[in-house]
Order: sequence, then structure tokens, then C-alpha cells
Amino acid sequence: MSPFVEFQHVTKRYGEGPAILADVCLQVERGEFVSFIGPSGCGKSTLLKLVAGLSPATTGSLTVDGLSPDAAAEELAFVFQEPTLLPWLTVERNVEVPLRLRGESPERRRERARKALALVGLSERAEYYPRQLSGGQRMRVSIARALSLTPKLLLLDEPFGALDEMTRDRLNEELLAIRAEQGWTAFFVTHAVAEAVFLSHRIILLAANPGRIHREIRVDLPYPRTAETRQTPAFQALVAAVSRELRALPNTVTAAATP
Amino acid sequence: MNARPLLHRLLPALTGALFIALWYLAHALLASERRFLLPPPHSVLLAFREHGPALWSAAMNTLQGALLGFGTAVIGSSLAALVLSLTPLVRASLYPYLMILQLTPIIVIAPILILWAGAGIVSVTIITFLICFFPLVVNTTQGLISTDRNLVDLFRMCRASRWQEIFLLRAPGALPYFFTGLRIAATLAPIGAIVGDFYAGNSAGGQGGLGFLTIIYSSQFKIAALFATAVSSCALGFLFAGGVVALSWLCLHRWHDSYSRSDV
Repeated sequence: MSPFVEFQHVTKRYGEGPAILADVCLQVERGEFVSFIGPSGCGKSTLLKLVAGLSPATTGSLTVDGLSPDAAAEELAFVFQEPTLLPWLTVERNVEVPLRLRGESPERRRERARKALALVGLSERAEYYPRQLSGGQRMRVSIARALSLTPKLLLLDEPFGALDEMTRDRLNEELLAIRAEQGWTAFFVTHAVAEAVFLSHRIILLAANPGRIHREIRVDLPYPRTAETRQTPAFQALVAAVSRELRALPNTVTAAATP
Repeated sequence: MNARPLLHRLLPALTGALFIALWYLAHALLASERRFLLPPPHSVLLAFREHGPALWSAAMNTLQGALLGFGTAVIGSSLAALVLSLTPLVRASLYPYLMILQLTPIIVIAPILILWAGAGIVSVTIITFLICFFPLVVNTTQGLISTDRNLVDLFRMCRASRWQEIFLLRAPGALPYFFTGLRIAATLAPIGAIVGDFYAGNSAGGQGGLGFLTIIYSSQFKIAALFATAVSSCALGFLFAGGVVALSWLCLHRWHDSYSRSDV
């Protein structure tokens, strides 16, 4: 069977500018949780935008489930860095927005929104407005909105970057629990090594200028992973190893320019 | 109820009382042959009694012109803002001409309008429209183009149509900006109608507004009546501003940060 997501020599540049991503080759299997980590300017977010079909690859080919990202739009859901909610809609209405845009009936919208809110533990807050929620709760709503689409591929662009560590850890655990139930494939962009190790089957280290794949690291910790997983020596050894790799990355423009 | 809100409620009344006291004082301090220049507050009240029917009918005529001009400006500016929000190219090509609307003095426009539409409600409406239009269109356009980029991406990913993007995303997001423009326009509308009436109003019996009364009373040196006309104009202004504040509260208080109570 062909891989679920496949990058073949994908390069991306905007106009005549320098390459943001250069010659990216990557295969991701169905159900895999893949994290992308690297210095700023390594094209992590651009990579997600390509998969989301928000902008086309300049050269090379990119397929999702055998389709172009644009044609696969129905199978995708995106979680942004910010909660990106509509402040004038209640929590439930916010979750319904993508379903509404896809032309689902009001009854079906409500049913799926309620289910998604229950998954992230926010059923009680359905009638609240975003400004009445904490940062962590807003992010949960944002995740519920993505999950309500029952995606096959979930794209997450540093979703927990702005949250405190405790909230982030808890949301990581919840995210894995939901994934165990629903089995979507995940592309997860992050700056935090521990988060990447905790969540992923595989971590892709990206180097900057131009953005390219530097290394792949498999995370062979068994699922389900829980708060205890973080205490195990195996977990901590992996975090240390990935951090080392990350520090060793050629980081500056001058270093990258030397062949 | 504690003492603080009570004091807060009394403060405006206290300032008002102080103001009236100062007014009387100023009146008393004037040399007796010049006192007619500043009639005391009670003679303004008497002027209301004497000219009540004339003031009321003029205020109603002015209100009509103000409402018509304000209403058409709201509709016209919203449509214009939608067009302006389409592309930077459209904005660049139309903005200079919008400035012309704002920069041409009403005194110059009025005689042209009288030639075109005749003196009366049509000209008054057009003048009010011209005065209200600019703050509305500038603010609403700004609101329509200030949409969060990520939300636009979200809508595009969900294959939202152009109309869905405008009506479900851009327009509601522009509401706070729109209301900023609306508040400015609401205070300008009665002034616009009075200025319009002054220069291009209908002077036939019962058709004149507060601007027309201003001409009459000043020619007759009825200074207390002029004060009463000014008070009536302010009342119209408060009516408009109050209406817009209430409407803005209705539309925004649930979700917009400007209405969040800091002590919650």
C-alpha cells in the first residue's frame, strides 16, 4: 500500500525569493504521529501549509491519500498556533463553523459539535464566549473544532506553544487519548523537544536556510503514554538525544551557505 | 448599594448645578446694559415656553433630515466599504476621491445643491449624508480588512465561498470598527441636518428646521430663543448618540473586550 502522505522532492519558494523548503522527501504511514522540530526559519509552518493545500509546492509532488492536498481538503483539519476562534460566537457555534461551511445540516452540526466538545471536556462551556475561557480552554475549543470534522489527517502548528507547562502536559495527554480512540494521522509542529518525544512515533529534525530534513528519530516508547511515561529513563534519554541533535544543527545563514 | 455608585450618579447633577450657578454669576457680573448678551437660564426656559411649538416642529423637521441622511450614509458607506475592502488596488484608486467628499466645505456645496435639488429636505438629507459618510466608510473598511489571517485560512480550507467569508467572518469582525464610525457619525448627523437647513433648508411655513429658526431668531436678536435652539440641537445629538450607544451595546456586549467588566 502506498504511504498516506508522500513528499517527493518538494521545494517551496515564494516568488523569486530563496527556497523556504528544499528537496523534501518524506513518507508518512496511516495512523502515524509525526512531529517536526527545528530552528526558526526551517520551514515547519510552511510545510504544514503545503499539506493543508493553503499554498502549492513550487516543484516536486505532494500527495495526501493519493490525492493532491487541495483535493484531499475534506480529510484534513488544521489547528493553528493561536486558538483562532470567532469571538462573537459561542464555543459551540465556533466548533460548528467548519461544518457549517461544508454545508452540514444544523442538527448534524450540533450533534458533532457536542461530541467534539465532550472529547475535550468542555461540554459545560458550550454556551460561553471565547473571552470567558482560559487560554488552555480556548485551545481545547480549537482542537474540538478540528476534531468535529472527523479528519483522517490532523495538522497542528505549535498549538500549545503559548500555554504554561502544566496545561501543555495535560493537553498532550488528552490529545494522545483522543488519538487512541480516533486513529487519525498527525503532523505536529513544535519547538518543545519533550512534547515531540511524548507525542510522536517519529520526530523529523529540520535544518534552516533552506528548510530541509536533517534527520529522523524514531520514538520507540510504547503507547498508551501517560504522565508516568515522562518519568521513565527511556523517555528522558530520548529527550536528551533529540536536544543534542537540535543543538548540533547548523543554525546560521553562513553555516548553511557553506556546502 | 454602596456609596460609590451613588456618588457617581450624583456627580453629573452636581456639575450641572455648578455650571448653572456660574452662568447666573456671569450674568450678574456683566454691566447692566450688556446683560442681554447672556440671558439667565430661566429666561431660556421661558423662551422654550414662548417658542415651544415652533421649536418642536423645527426639531422634528431637523430630526427627519438627520435620520434620512444618517440612514442613507450607513447603507451607502457599508456598501462602499465592501467594495473598498476587495483589493488594495480598489482602495488606492478610490480613496483620494473619498477625501474630496470630506474636504469640500458644505458652504460651497450648499448653493450647488439648491440649484440641483432645490431648497428643502432633499438637500438637507444630502448634506447630512456627506457629513456622516466619511467616518463611517473609513472605519468600516478598516474593520473589513483587519480580519485575522489565520481565520481567513481556516475559511479557505473549508472551501468557504466569497459570500460566506464576507458575512460569517469579515462583516461580524468589522462590527466594532463600524460602531466607532457610527458613534462619530451619530453626533455629526444632527449638526449636519442643522447646517444643511441653515444653508439649504425650506423656509416655507412649518417646513424649516432648527437651522432655519437660527436664522430667524438671530435676525430678531432673540438671544434667549437662540440658546433654546442650541439646547434643542444638543437634545437631538444626545438622542442619536444614545441610540447608537444602546445599539452598540446590544451587538457587542456579549463578546467584545471593550465591554468586559474589569472586576470580573
